[in-house]
Amino acid sequence: MAALHSDSEEDLVSYGTGLEPLEEGERPKKPIPLQDQTVRDEKGRYKRFHGAFSGGFSAGYFNTVGSKEGWTPSTFVSSRQNRADKSVLGPEDFMDEEDLSEFGIAPKAIVTTDDFASKTKDRIREKARQLAAATAPIPGATLLDDFITPAKLSIGFELLRKMGWKEGQGIGPRTKRRAQRQKPDPGVKIYGCALPPGGSEGSEDEDDDYLPDNVTFAPKDVTPVDFTPKTNTHGLEYKGLDPHRALFGTSAEHLNLFSGGSEGASDLLGDVGLNRGRKLGISGQAFGVGALEEEDDDIYATEILSKYDTVLKDEEPGDGLYGWTAPREYKSQKESKNDLRYIGKILDGFSLASKPLSSKKIYPPPELPRDYRPVHYFRPVVAATSENSHLLRALAESTTKAVPDPAMHSRHQLNASKRGELLGETPVQGSATSVLEFLSQKDRERIKEMKQATDLKAAQLQARSLAQNAASSRARPSMPDPGHGSWRTALAGGTATARPSTFKPFAKDPEKQKRYEEFLVQMKKGQKDALERCLDPGMTEWERGREREEFSRAAQLYMSSHSTLSSRFTHAKEEDDSDQVEVPRDQENDVSDKQSAVKMKMFGKLTRDTFEWHPSKLLCKRFNVPDPYPGSTLVGLPRVKRDKYSVFNFLTLPETEPTVQASSEKVPQPRSLDKSRKPSRWDTSPHEKKEDSISEFLSLTRSKVGPPKQESSPSVKQGEEHAPGSLSEKAADKGVTSQAEGEGSRPPMDLFKAIFASSSESSSSEEEGDSEDEQAGPEQASCTGSQGSASAETSSVAHAPESAPPEPIPAPAFPIQKMQLDEREEFGPRLPPVFCPNARQKPETPQKEKYKKSKEKHKPKKEHKRKKDKAETPPAKEAVTNPAQPAPESALLSSDCSDCSVNTLYRLYLYVNCCCKIFFKTLTLERFQKLISTFNSS
Amino acid sequence: MAFPEPKPRAPELPQKLLKTLDCGQGAVRAVRFNVDGNYCLTCGSDKTLKLWNPLRGTLLRTYSGHGYEVLDAAGSFDNSSLCSGGGDKAVVLWDVASGQVVRKFRGHAGKVNTVQFNEEATVILSGSIDSSIRCWDCRSRRPEPVQTLDEARDGVSSVKVSDHEVLSGSVDGRVRRYDLRMGQLFSDYVGSPITCTCFSRDGQCTLVSSLDSTLRLLDKDTGELLGEYTGHKNQEYKLDCSLSERDTHVVSCSEDGKVFFWDLVEGSLALALPVGHGVVQSLAFHPNEPCLLTAMGGSVQCWREEAYEAEGAAG
Repeated sequence: MAALHSDSEEDLVSYGTGLEPLEEGERPKKPIPLQDQTVRDEKGRYKRFHGAFSGGFSAGYFNTVGSKEGWTPSTFVSSRQNRADKSVLGPEDFMDEEDLSEFGIAPKAIVTTDDFASKTKDRIREKARQLAAATAPIPGATLLDDFITPAKLSIGFELLRKMGWKEGQGIGPRTKRRAQRQKPDPGVKIYGCALPPGGSEGSEDEDDDYLPDNVTFAPKDVTPVDFTPKTNTHGLEYKGLDPHRALFGTSAEHLNLFSGGSEGASDLLGDVGLNRGRKLGISGQAFGVGALEEEDDDIYATEILSKYDTVLKDEEPGDGLYGWTAPREYKSQKESKNDLRYIGKILDGFSLASKPLSSKKIYPPPELPRDYRPVHYFRPVVAATSENSHLLRALAESTTKAVPDPAMHSRHQLNASKRGELLGETPVQGSATSVLEFLSQKDRERIKEMKQATDLKAAQLQARSLAQNAASSRARPSMPDPGHGSWRTALAGGTATARPSTFKPFAKDPEKQKRYEEFLVQMKKGQKDALERCLDPGMTEWERGREREEFSRAAQLYMSSHSTLSSRFTHAKEEDDSDQVEVPRDQENDVSDKQSAVKMKMFGKLTRDTFEWHPSKLLCKRFNVPDPYPGSTLVGLPRVKRDKYSVFNFLTLPETEPTVQASSEKVPQPRSLDKSRKPSRWDTSPHEKKEDSISEFLSLTRSKVGPPKQESSPSVKQGEEHAPGSLSEKAADKGVTSQAEGEGSRPPMDLFKAIFASSSESSSSEEEGDSEDEQAGPEQASCTGSQGSASAETSSVAHAPESAPPEPIPAPAFPIQKMQLDEREEFGPRLPPVFCPNARQKPETPQKEKYKKSKEKHKPKKEHKRKKDKAETPPAKEAVTNPAQPAPESALLSSDCSDCSVNTLYRLYLYVNCCCKIFFKTLTLERFQKLISTFNSS
Repeated sequence: MAFPEPKPRAPELPQKLLKTLDCGQGAVRAVRFNVDGNYCLTCGSDKTLKLWNPLRGTLLRTYSGHGYEVLDAAGSFDNSSLCSGGGDKAVVLWDVASGQVVRKFRGHAGKVNTVQFNEEATVILSGSIDSSIRCWDCRSRRPEPVQTLDEARDGVSSVKVSDHEVLSGSVDGRVRRYDLRMGQLFSDYVGSPITCTCFSRDGQCTLVSSLDSTLRLLDKDTGELLGEYTGHKNQEYKLDCSLSERDTHVVSCSEDGKVFFWDLVEGSLALALPVGHGVVQSLAFHPNEPCLLTAMGGSVQCWREEAYEAEGAAG
């Protein structure tokens, strides 16, 4: 604590504790270095700056836990007997005495807590309160407050006071002249004012007049910025009504609820001063109305003096005008003369808008009709009968005077489409009000027909029962032929439920489909000659016959199954018959070439096809082989999309021919065998003499690797040149069309393209029939081998489907089907029969017998096959494509074509006719012969 | 001091009947050596697969689990597992020691004609009459094949695997060789339905037997014909062919009850070994000794060269 040490010099103010004066001859003590300075407590112990309750751990015995004997946990003591002794341990029980001292965390000394400390901590408020107390009607009203709340002054405050500072002064050097006029000595004033009323006024005036030179003034007090956070929900700068001002007669005009903080502080000072001034004249005026006074009501309207400024305002409002308000007022008035009427005062920082707000346009409310009654009237519901018709009429008249025409009457019942109709709009396609509108026209018709059919059925039932009664007595008329009868009965069963329009067996050919539907319709009507009527009269007899059969079969087949099946299937999202099919990009093409090459034993380039093939990544990994196509996601052969029903799929393109010619020069040199791996010392064995042609050839090439190559190749070339001729001769002898001949006599591809180019749209059924025709080709070729080029044509065409069958991947499906048909019917090489000598294996016997049987069964076939082998060129193909057993699915539509009753030429004619019906509506025989002749010539 | 080089011993053909195993499992559909030729597998038509010591004629284990006759089998390189395929359209992976079915691969739509392990026994390749070859992964538990090679137009009768190639013969008359390293498929047209294909031991040639009673030796790289071997009869059945242990001879079954040996280079018939009256259905040539196994009917015959003396007989 700073103690005033009065010495000889009175003026000096000394702070702190003085050092003890040095004794004589004593050396000044060395200051204790910082590291040696220790802090000890009052008992002389080392002071610990941290305790168990102030962040550290210092409880116990020398910074250990527990006592000298160690930490002993409190043992359990039953409190049953000594209940009264039971003490609840508080935190204090574990505290050191330092904690309980004055500066500890739990001081025991009695001090005023913050709860009871002075509420107004800032001096300004305190001062204001003191001022208010002084000027209060009951002076000293705050004395009680002063008594209760202890004066708690901070140490800085006390220090300042001791330095001569007085409350209300600013801090800093004193100035010579008074900086501001308003700058009073508040402390002096307060007390001065309080005691002599009106004295301050005089002193102020005196200050104004008299300014002694040697008087200095303290600087103006600066109120600190208030940083108290806003915790309430009032508006900014809101302050409640100050009771001082409300009570002390300040009128509503002078109440400034929005005064700023610093301003408020100065207001407090200033206003109190003003109040004090005001109070002088009109004292007690605002303190309610006396009981004897009559005029209660105009308390607040009383003209009081405080409404008027009695003095010029000391505090300038900050505009540097020092109370000269005229220009400002003038300005503001000029700016917003009319607005001030209702705005009143303009906030600081705001200015009136120069432009007036654009006033909202206000529309007048609609005018009500004159006879409008704002009461709803519920009309009574009256059933329309003859009795109360007049009542109804009266009601209608009463409710709506102007009943419009019926169209207008149902205005609210109109839907969008009806309104559109009225307006003359074209109906929108997309919008459909009923579910029925979503259906296609066809389906709607079908539903309609269904309805009619059920009605019809009922009627028919009635009629039939009548007719049966009638017919039982009479003899029945002659029935039509049994074939027709069968499909007719099938139709009769099917037509009632199934509609012809839904299933289109001949959808590929719209004309045919039309005829078919017409046929069905007529059939339904019960006309016997329905078929004959609807068939195209322009067609040939054979075609008509064929179509007739097709129609009847289709009617028989599809009608019965359709009705049950159609309910279970939906239409595919994607077109199934999109005429596009994924086909491997590279086909193993042209078997005929290869066959001839095989026959000539010219293996190698001729018989080899090389494709790009993508093994799957995992397979490469498992084989420990790097992926040959690291980037590709493709697996297997690359695939392309092709037309499903294109004729060109079945025709083998002769594009390999040039390669054949090109390679034929090089190919016939067979690769000489590797010498290193075949050290043929034992070749000199006696059976070397026996040699066939190939081994001779091999040994020849092996012995003469160098120059004899030239020798060998021309000879082979020569042989090759001879080969087609000799082969064809042989083939002609055997009655077989040779492939080489077929190749040679085939017309160029352009001709095929010209004929078949646009016939890809021809119906699938026809295609199947065609392919069936083609399959039947070899047989006819064998039997009518003498037909020359025409038959050669057929055979060459006929071989095409073997290389590229109509279905893209026929093989997997086909063998399975066959396998299911006949368990023993196998493909390719069969397993040998069991030839078990020991008969003791009982369980094997049935199987063995089966095998034997099968073998016997196969025997005649084998012989037959061998005969055929001799007769036919394509060998051993029967196992795969046995012409005698057509595929079951294709048998349905084409069995009519496969019975060989027409000769080959006619068949070919029909085939071509089917294919190019688009070009030549009906291909006459003459035209066909012309075509054949063009074939021949080319 | 130039001695004349010793004349290499002419290869001896196995023509001495050493043992006849009566397999007792119906018709033996196939007989196969294991990787080192010490044991053999017989595939029976009674749904069983049997493991034998062919020289001693002892039955070691019977593997049963197929649903129909077993048509082909193969052993892995480490003799730890077997694979087999049969008429039940399933390919089965067996554990040799325990005889348990490790896995059954289903997916073929028809009889499985032939099965083969790859070199590391991580993939089983199976050819079926559904005209597809399926590559089954033995490592993962995937039920689907790794890849399906469905280029064949007809049933696949034979599949052989080298370290990076798959050789397949199909009834459509083509030999297809899938080269994984090159990413290419070589298709050689032979014309006649192919019954059996095999690589030569040096991996340069392929031997193809077809139903026109002809065996053809084709150059693997170019597809050229190196030799043609005829004289036997193979027109109907799926019969096996093989090359001898040093690629000196071509061996084939025949339907007339004989096994035919041709000199590979000359193509001349070296030996027609009469086996019996039935069809020699299957054969297997020892990987490095002149030892031949033939299957006829329900029995398997083991043939050795003339000079061979069995240790068992001696001791």
